[in-house]
Amino acid sequence: MSVLLNKKTRVIVQGITGKEGSFHAGQMIDYGTNVVGGVTPGKGGQKFRKLPVFNSVEEAVLKVKATASTIFVPPSLAADAIFEAVDAGITLIACISEGIPVMDMLRVKQYLKDKPEVVLVGPNCPGLLTPNEAKMGIMPGFIAKKGVIGVISRSGTLTYEAMDQLTKANLGQSTCIGIGGDPIIGTQFIDAVKIFEKDKNTKGLVVIGEIGGDNEEIAAAYIKKYYKKPVVGFIAGQTAPKGKRMGHAGAIISGGKGDAASKIAFMKKCGIKMVKSPSDIGEAMLKLIKK
Amino acid sequence: MKVHEYQAKELFGKFGVPVTLGKVATTVEKAVAIAKSFKGPVMVKAQIHAGGRGKGGGVKFCKTVADAKKAAKAILGMKLITHQTGPEGQTVNKVLIVPAGDIIEEFYLAALVDRATAKIAFVVSKEGGVEIEKVAEKTPHKISTILIDPVIGVQGYHVRKMATVLGLKDKAHKKQLYITVLGLYKLLVEKDASLLEINPLCITDKGLEALDGKVDFDDNALFRHPDIAKLRDVKEEEALEVEAAKYSLNYIKLDGVVGCMVNGAGLAMATMDVIKLYGSEPANFLDVGGGATPERVAAAFKILLKDKNVKAVLVNVFGGIVRCDRVAQGIVDAVKKNKIDLPIVVRFSGTNAEEGKAILENSDLTFEMADSLAEAAKKIVKSVKKGGK
Repeated sequence: MSVLLNKKTRVIVQGITGKEGSFHAGQMIDYGTNVVGGVTPGKGGQKFRKLPVFNSVEEAVLKVKATASTIFVPPSLAADAIFEAVDAGITLIACISEGIPVMDMLRVKQYLKDKPEVVLVGPNCPGLLTPNEAKMGIMPGFIAKKGVIGVISRSGTLTYEAMDQLTKANLGQSTCIGIGGDPIIGTQFIDAVKIFEKDKNTKGLVVIGEIGGDNEEIAAAYIKKYYKKPVVGFIAGQTAPKGKRMGHAGAIISGGKGDAASKIAFMKKCGIKMVKSPSDIGEAMLKLIKK
Repeated sequence: MKVHEYQAKELFGKFGVPVTLGKVATTVEKAVAIAKSFKGPVMVKAQIHAGGRGKGGGVKFCKTVADAKKAAKAILGMKLITHQTGPEGQTVNKVLIVPAGDIIEEFYLAALVDRATAKIAFVVSKEGGVEIEKVAEKTPHKISTILIDPVIGVQGYHVRKMATVLGLKDKAHKKQLYITVLGLYKLLVEKDASLLEINPLCITDKGLEALDGKVDFDDNALFRHPDIAKLRDVKEEEALEVEAAKYSLNYIKLDGVVGCMVNGAGLAMATMDVIKLYGSEPANFLDVGGGATPERVAAAFKILLKDKNVKAVLVNVFGGIVRCDRVAQGIVDAVKKNKIDLPIVVRFSGTNAEEGKAILENSDLTFEMADSLAEAAKKIVKSVKKGGK
């Protein structure tokens, strides 16, 4: 089983005629995703691999019944793209774009507050993938394997690292969610945990966090109280200096908050099996599952 | 993006925050002339992008013009070391000279975007003029956070709360606080700032006033604020980091000996962590990003080797969209071109990892290969320790 995304999900790509958008739309289709069209304002009527390109998301929803959208537009236009998708009735949005102004995301978050039916993943994320079914975003499909572990991660390549190990450990993944590396994101760790909680076939979770903010702690407290299946965790940035942004806009230790050591200590206290090296994620999960 | 105190204060002034502006000098002569023009005691303040300047000797109270001259002489050109500059310090190229008034009380006031709630947070404390990090650590109850929902903006009750925290009694001071908070809020939202800080916010004989100013801007929003982008002072930034940015590489210099080249920010951090776990220290953070072309890999190599502390290089690439064979070609080219003779450990995984390994193995250069990040870290630490002794 999976969460959020399966082979039936009707996906569109916003920015499908752009360089990134067209490349990854192609990859998504090749993986088996049910891509039903794309949107690029001004390019309506064109085709992308026989699929219709629309001028607006509204049109895509009307004409091809899209319910999910993957956004590959320049960061300056990304908030607009998210608002457009939400207004058109899209309920699952993966925003891959990196470099969206924080103030724009503040508005997006406020706008989504009274729309609990909308799940926004990202921005600045690799998207979602359900093995052998569908992917929205840029995760490489070949490292995934249908299985029982849910992956939630702030980082792209670290997600792949975890997926690869779960595949090699023969555990596989139910769904992988890259929640994104920005300070303000749609789906946070706790939301993702709650989403996986509803899926009986997900037997455990891998949670990959980073320095900055307290999103991991909030989820850990929830896990301690409600999530009874095994959870393996890793926090990147133990050697990161204070006050420096480590690539991801959200990965920064500021005001004495968000350092790795305190996150790791707290997560341990909440019963999460924390690994010191990302190379140990697969093995750690295997041990917990066998118990 | 950070800006200088004098630039922050100018922005404060434009948004109605009560502030005494002063003037900037790059030479002692100019500083003296400015001090003279103020006809009274002044503060001479080093302009660098780091806090804790006073403690490091970069801020001086000067009663007379002669004092100001002495202070400017001492501060201009000095290597100012504070808790935020790192041990090598930061060269002072500019001083700000401001008329000094009598300070009655010092507070702390900051505004920032709160990540968890996606609201604007105002941080207020009666403990001003000191390192707020220390106040937060030792006496957290002395710091209050007031969250403002952007839907409603600054309301009277927010400011009344802040005034209570600060213990303001005087009506004029309360009004000035309202104007200050309103100004900061507008500046934050309209100019896409990520942090505004006034430490100290003072009551002087003239009333409430921002005696210092710090502003950080959201780099991602600079495209829509050309006026703000102009305030950038690249001299304040690490030269290698500025150069790396030209190639869209994310590079941060650290103090260790293992140079790292990784794709993805999270994996890059994890690579640093694992190097430390196995007993060495990373020399840098370097994310070559999603589009790691041979050219970018070559540029990355050039930049990380400019750091003379680097004794060995660890390449860790998990190919998703990035193809390991293309990265391998970039490595071979860079090593040949720059005649690098440091030990290099390469870990490839994912897309075309085998092809990448083959390229490295078939080159006439020596690389150590590793299958996992842990193995790569072990190997690099071993070679660093061997080389170091």
